[in-house]
Amino acid sequence: MAKPLPTPVRNHLTGLRLLLLFTVLCGLAYPLVVTGISQVAFSQQANGSLVKDAHGTVVGSSLIGQNFTIVAKDGKSQTPDPKFFQSRPSAAGSLGYDPTASAGTNLGTNSQVLVTNYTQLKSDIAKFNGVAESAVPADAITSSGSGLDPDISPAYAEIQVKRVAQARGLSVDKVEALVKQHTQDRTLGFLGEPRVNVLELNIALTELG
Amino acid sequence: MNATLAGLLQALALVAALALSYRPLGDYMAHVLSTRKHWRAERGIYKLIGVDGDAEQTWPAYLRSVLAFSFISVLFLYAFQRLQEHLWLSLGFPAVTPATAWNTAASFVTNTNWQSYSGESTMGHLVQMAGLAVQNFLSAAVGIAVVTALIRGFIRHKSDTLGNFWVDLTRITLRVLLPISIVFAIVLVAGGVVENLHAAHVINTLSGAQQSIPGGPVASQEVIKELGTNGGGFYNANSAHPFENPNPFTNWLEIYLLLVISFALCRTFGTMVKSQKQGYAIVSVMGLYWAASAALITFFEHQHSGAAAKIAGAAMEGKEVRFGIPGSSLFAASTTLTSTGAVNSMHDSYTPLGGGVTILNMMFGEIAPGGTGSGLYGILVLAIVTVFVAGLMVGRTPEYLGKKLGAREMKFASLYILTTPAIVLCGTGLAMSLSAGHGGGMLNTGPHGFSEVLYAFTSAANNNGSAFGGITVTSNHWQEALGLAMLFGRFLPMVFVLALAGSLAKQQQTPESTGTLKTHSPLFVGMLSGVVLIVVGLTYFPALALGPLAEGLH
Repeated sequence: MAKPLPTPVRNHLTGLRLLLLFTVLCGLAYPLVVTGISQVAFSQQANGSLVKDAHGTVVGSSLIGQNFTIVAKDGKSQTPDPKFFQSRPSAAGSLGYDPTASAGTNLGTNSQVLVTNYTQLKSDIAKFNGVAESAVPADAITSSGSGLDPDISPAYAEIQVKRVAQARGLSVDKVEALVKQHTQDRTLGFLGEPRVNVLELNIALTELG
Repeated sequence: MNATLAGLLQALALVAALALSYRPLGDYMAHVLSTRKHWRAERGIYKLIGVDGDAEQTWPAYLRSVLAFSFISVLFLYAFQRLQEHLWLSLGFPAVTPATAWNTAASFVTNTNWQSYSGESTMGHLVQMAGLAVQNFLSAAVGIAVVTALIRGFIRHKSDTLGNFWVDLTRITLRVLLPISIVFAIVLVAGGVVENLHAAHVINTLSGAQQSIPGGPVASQEVIKELGTNGGGFYNANSAHPFENPNPFTNWLEIYLLLVISFALCRTFGTMVKSQKQGYAIVSVMGLYWAASAALITFFEHQHSGAAAKIAGAAMEGKEVRFGIPGSSLFAASTTLTSTGAVNSMHDSYTPLGGGVTILNMMFGEIAPGGTGSGLYGILVLAIVTVFVAGLMVGRTPEYLGKKLGAREMKFASLYILTTPAIVLCGTGLAMSLSAGHGGGMLNTGPHGFSEVLYAFTSAANNNGSAFGGITVTSNHWQEALGLAMLFGRFLPMVFVLALAGSLAKQQQTPESTGTLKTHSPLFVGMLSGVVLIVVGLTYFPALALGPLAEGLH
C-alpha cells in the first residue's frame, strides 16, 4: 500500500478539491441559473433597462444618466444644450457620464477645489436658467457617487422648465405638466427621495416636438 | 412626508424586517451547524474531497484546515486573474498586473473586498463570477465556521474537538448562503439590477454622443456581496452604480441583506448555548451601536458642515439623488459596522464628522453586527474581556457561560484585541512617515488626507474594504502593505479565537452560583457597551483626533 501523504499536503489537496467544486457550483452553475431565469422572466431589466426614442432606436438605459450637451469639435469641452433638461455634474470620465469609468470626485466637504467649482457652477446654472442663485438646489452642482446618476431632484427640474420651454417653443404649462408626469415620489411613500429621471423626461420632450 | 420622517420609517422598516428574520434564520443556522444528518449531496462532496464527514477536529486541526483552504484560495485567485486573457469572457482585458492580482486575491479571500482596481475596466466576466464571487461565498462561510467553533468551545465540556471545518464550510455555503442568494438575486433583477453575459455595447445617446452600456452577471454577485458582508463591487462605483443598485427599494434590500446574517447569528448563538437571553444580550449591544451610528451619520450629513457643502446647501457630493441623505447614511453606517465595505455613496466626500463615524465604526472591530461570523466572535471576545473586568472588581474568578476565564483564556482574548489596532496604527504611522516626501497617494490635503490613509489601513485590517476613494493605492508598496494588513487582520484573530475555543472546550462546566455575573442582564449589556467604547475607542482616539476630529472641529 502506498504511504499516506503527510497531513499538511493532504489538507491543501482537500482545500483545492473543495475550492474547485465550489467554483463550479457557486461560480458557474449559480450565476448561469440566475442569468437563465432572469433572461426569461425579467429580460428588460436583466439587459440594462434600455429605452427607445419615438423612432424605436435605443438611446440609452433609463438607469444610466447621460450628458445633454453640445460637444466642441475637439471633443474636449461641452456646453449644456438648452433644449434638454440637464443632468447633475459627473466625475465619470473626462466629459462625465462615461459608464466605463464610474466614479465620484471623492473630494471632501472642505475641499478648496469643490468650493471653487461650486461657486462657478452655481452662478453658471442660475444664469443659464434665468433664476436666482439661491434657487439652485444642491444636486445641480454636486457630483453623484457613481457619476452615472440618472435622476435629478424635482427642484432642479423645476428651475429648468422655463428655459427648456423657451428653447423648444413650447408652452411652460405643457413642459411643467410633463415634469410632473415624470416625477417619481418615494417608493412606498418612505423609501429614497423624490426624483425625476432625466433621460425619460427628455425622450418625452422630443416626442412633444 | 418630510425627509426626516421618511428616513426614520425606512430605518424602522429595516429593524422590523431584521427582527422578523432573527428567529427563523438564527434557528435554521443553529440546526444546520448542529445536526448529525448529512445531505446526500454533501456526502458526495466529502467523498470527492476525501474527508470523513463525521470526524471531529481538535482546534489546531481546525485552524490548519482554515489556513490551508485560505492559502489555496489566495493562490488560485491570483492565478485566475493572471491568466484572465486566456480565458473565456475576458472581454479583451489583459492579465491583471501582479501587484493588483495579489492585493485582490488577499482582499477577496479575507472577506475584505478592498478594491484597488476598477471592475468595469479590469476584470472579465469569468474572473468576476467564477473567481471573485466564489470567494464571496467561501470567505463568508469561513467566518461563520470559525464562530461556530467558538460557540462549540462554550457548549462542549472536557472535549478536545470543535467540529469539522470542511463540514461546516460545506453546509453553510450549500444550505444557507446559496439558497438565499438565488432567491434575492432574482428579486434584485426584477428591481433593475442587470444579469447577462454581454460585453459593453455602444449606443448613441439622445443628444448624439456615444455611451458604452456595460453588461455582466451583476445581480448574482451583488446579492452575495451583501449577504456575505463582502462588499466588492462589480463596477468601480460599487452599490452607487445604478446597475448594482437601481432604486430605493433595492437599496433598502441590500442594506437588509448585509445585516441579516450577522444579527441572526446571535440567535444561533443563543440556541446553541441553550439560553436565548444570552443571544438577546449580545444582539442588544449590536443593535444599540448600529442605531446610534446610523443616527449620528444621518445627523452629521444633514448638518452638511464644510465650506463646500455650505455653498451647495446639502452634503450631496458623492451621493445619488434616488437614495438621498437618509438612504446613503443608513447604508454607510451598516456597511462600516459589518465588514461589508460596499458603498452606495462616496465616504471620502462625507462631512468630516459623518466620515469620522464610518472610520470609528470599523475601529470598533466591526462588531455591530459585524461581518458574517467575525462580528459575533469579535463581540464574544469583548464579552469575555467585560466579564474579566467585572470579575476583577469583585475579586472572583470570572466565568462566562459556565466556563472559567483563566490566564490562558485572557491571553488569547487580549492578543485578539491588540492585533487589529497594532496593524492599523503601525501601518498608518509607517505610511505617513514614509510617504511624507511624495504625497503618499492622498487626494485631499491636511487632516482629510490623513483620514484617507487612516481609513485605508482601518478598512484593510478590519477586513471592511470600503475606502475614502480619493487615495491612490495602485502603487506597489500600497498594494503589498494593504494586502498584508488584510491577511494578518483576518487570520491572526482567527488563530486566537480558535485557540480560545480549544481551551474553553477542554474545561468542565462550572455550575452557576449566586456570585456568578448574570451575562444576560441589562447591567451586562451596559457594561459590554462601555467596554467596547473604552477599550476600542481609546486605542484609536489620538489617531482620530489628528484626522476627522481635527477637520470637523476646525
